[in-house]
Amino acid sequence: MLKKGLILAILIGFSLMFIPLIQNFHGNDKLSDLAKYYTENAEHGAGAANIVTAIVITYRGLDTLGEVVILFLTASVIGFFLKISKSEKDETLRFSKLRKTSELLETATKALVPTIFMFGVYIFINGHLTPGGGFQGGAVIATGFVLMLLANPQFKVNHKVIEYIESLSGFSFAILGALGAIIGLGFLDNKILPLGTFGELLSAGIIPVIYSFIGLKVGAELSGIVETLSENQSEIEI
Amino acid sequence: MSYFSLEYIAMITGFLLIVLGIWAILTYKNLLKIVIGFSLFDTGINIIIVSIAYVKNSTAPIIDSAVSLKDAVNKIADPVPQALVLTSIVIGLGVTALMLAYVLKLYQDKKTLDIESFTDLKW
Repeated sequence: MLKKGLILAILIGFSLMFIPLIQNFHGNDKLSDLAKYYTENAEHGAGAANIVTAIVITYRGLDTLGEVVILFLTASVIGFFLKISKSEKDETLRFSKLRKTSELLETATKALVPTIFMFGVYIFINGHLTPGGGFQGGAVIATGFVLMLLANPQFKVNHKVIEYIESLSGFSFAILGALGAIIGLGFLDNKILPLGTFGELLSAGIIPVIYSFIGLKVGAELSGIVETLSENQSEIEI
Repeated sequence: MSYFSLEYIAMITGFLLIVLGIWAILTYKNLLKIVIGFSLFDTGINIIIVSIAYVKNSTAPIIDSAVSLKDAVNKIADPVPQALVLTSIVIGLGVTALMLAYVLKLYQDKKTLDIESFTDLKW
């Protein structure tokens, strides 16, 4: 009873804290000065039609590098934490217990997975023109992978391949940033490639290249996480 | 001042989600439901940050046929908090994945998801 009272008190306290916040919020009528600067320099500064992308990759590029590192750490900690130790025999025993997947799911997977992968690649290549980008495209690619795993639980992805894709794209991201410091004006400078015509696919300097690497990296990492979690789940069921 | 404009609706939804998340974290005994509570908490905070960035009657900060380069300043929402939310969503995903891995490990240890049975750190 006391516990329930305490929980209720915490919830009411939080709600009371939010009420003045809502009352003092009046909405914005115009952009802040910083946002105005980014918008006015959209064409000649970063050259990306999607201003959020310009901020994420160019102006705040270092933050994104840190973000990618955090995602990498998550994937490697999960891989290290959930180490699997099982023999071939357990493996066959488990799969004999599972219900067979329906033909509908298997056929649909064959038809859909290439389309989903292509859609993910489309999202991260067009990150500087449309709402989208590396993280979103990578997440879409990982969903295709989850579908493959649902249709065929025995499906095994080569961990080496995932590792190589992940490390190579992360490495290229850092190298491109360093190239900016050597050739261009500073770390992650996007003008080391020509800016091109504003609003075209091949524009915005280095942004589409970096976003493609981020997309590949995020896709590989999320697929690796899903794969590790599902392998461990199988260990529980035995 | 009306509470029924877009930014207020988004902001109040965000606050409701935060309270709902705290309630789920505090009351449920199942570890997976607690993880869902954390996830709701995360989502609520992200919605609030985006709602603060909203400029009245504005559109997404992408320059295309709908928003020309010249009057973009008067037409778009603030892009800076949106970029921050992108980072925050990715970090939230990492935190959720780590929590789920930890839940899996705890389950392998005790074969239960009930938080009451993990008393090793209780004093």
